[in-house]
Amino acid sequence: MDTKPASARDDALITVRGLRTVLNAKTIFDGVDLDIPRGRITAIMGPSGTGKTTLIRHITGQLVPDAGTITVDGQDVWRLSRDALFALREKIGYLFQNSALLTDFSVFENVAFPLRQHLKLPEELVRNIVLTKLQAVGLRGAAELMPNELSGGMMRRVALARAIVRDPMLIIYDEPFVGLDPIALNQILKLIRTLNQTLGITSILIAHELAAVQKVADSIYLIAAGKIAAHGAPAELTRGDSPWTKQFFAGEADGPVPFHYPAPDYAAQLGLAGAKP
Amino acid sequence: MSAMRPHAPFIAGLAQIGACGIFLLQILRAVPRSLRYARETVRQIFFVGAMSLVIIMTCGLFVGMVLGLQLYHTLSIFGGTAALGTVVALSLYRELGPVVTALLFAGRAGTSITAEIGLMRATDQLDAMEMMAVDPLAYVIAPRFLAGIVAMPLLACTFNALGILGAHLVGVSWLGLDNGTFWSNMTSNVDVWDDVINGVWKSLAFGAVVTLIATFQGYTTPPTSEGVAYATTRTVVYSSIATLALDFVMTAFLM
Repeated sequence: MDTKPASARDDALITVRGLRTVLNAKTIFDGVDLDIPRGRITAIMGPSGTGKTTLIRHITGQLVPDAGTITVDGQDVWRLSRDALFALREKIGYLFQNSALLTDFSVFENVAFPLRQHLKLPEELVRNIVLTKLQAVGLRGAAELMPNELSGGMMRRVALARAIVRDPMLIIYDEPFVGLDPIALNQILKLIRTLNQTLGITSILIAHELAAVQKVADSIYLIAAGKIAAHGAPAELTRGDSPWTKQFFAGEADGPVPFHYPAPDYAAQLGLAGAKP
Repeated sequence: MSAMRPHAPFIAGLAQIGACGIFLLQILRAVPRSLRYARETVRQIFFVGAMSLVIIMTCGLFVGMVLGLQLYHTLSIFGGTAALGTVVALSLYRELGPVVTALLFAGRAGTSITAEIGLMRATDQLDAMEMMAVDPLAYVIAPRFLAGIVAMPLLACTFNALGILGAHLVGVSWLGLDNGTFWSNMTSNVDVWDDVINGVWKSLAFGAVVTLIATFQGYTTPPTSEGVAYATTRTVVYSSIATLALDFVMTAFLM
């Protein structure tokens, strides 16, 4: 199993080296190295609470790491000025885990927001772009609804339309499949693949749904215990014999990744006789 | 368990004041960038200003009526009821107008600003703006800050006008004081620069302080329902204390 990053490749859009993060006295990352190749779909998987979203927050310059370097499109994220960081973010689409729609704006205005803020486009063109993106996620008919009138799955699709409205160089999908019905899930998978194939958009996909990830991802990074536990193509990883991949992809409670949060002795806590204190 | 150091709350309080000061500098730096969101600033002036008019006008009227009644009774002991208009106007312009308006503003608009920004924080809307390369300080915070500074003096003037009307209703219409005496004494003893404009300066300062506290509390609130609840409470408490303390300092300098 190749657990090393493809560091030698020149076509990496994002490179992470020696990433170390400690939050609330807990080590989240301890020397993580990884590469996100340009024009590919890379999935980041791992047990809950392992730091997948934290990794994305480092990559997008939202959270300062304790050590290590992160370069995006050749720019060291943590050496950029605020204006340069914002210029970089204009080229990144981000689908938030909880959608993060602007609650004062309609669906249409949410999707149009990045266009209105950064581009002086004629209203007719804004309308056409927004309706095209909403059509892609199946919500053109919901353009005039407010976010509080949408289901969780619909909100996620609106957020996806907003993330892709400017055809960015990089799209980060944080849990895009949660709350989607099978039809919507299939359409979103097709959309992710189409965006990647037709526009060459690099994608980072954080998800737990292995079946869905296998359909679209070119490679998977498995993060566990603060390190890259495994890396490779989906088929290669699921067939692998590493204890990490075996446990994670089989969904077993026993293995190197503890299912239980650290706790005192169960019997002692229940006050059972003879238990060790 | 380690014993809590007795000076820890004092240090934490100082740290909060320092963080609030840095936040103010960040807002001031964002103000030029926020000018492109002029429509948002106007919308906020409507929300914190026009939407506060009912409470400001109602309270102004009743404060003026109470003031008229109390002062008429006190002045009548010394045979000085003719000075009712002057005393009411000076009390309102110099102190009660700016201070009571600021306290009411903190309760009505300050809490709403804190809760709105706090919920935007809790639902990742501020982070989403950052990720869309839109500065929340310029788009969300600065317009509300400017709106508070613009709205407060206008609200205080409205409060003063209704207060004088209330005192007139009680003193002239109810208790029988001469209408000409009420107005002529007031106009001859109240100075525009020394009294009215001093009150406007105070209102501007209170507007800045109350909206600074409200936006700071919302922006830095923990992203939980309990965090937002505590933040709105802190807005009222801190704004009230800051308003009264600043009033004393400004009065000492402006006397």
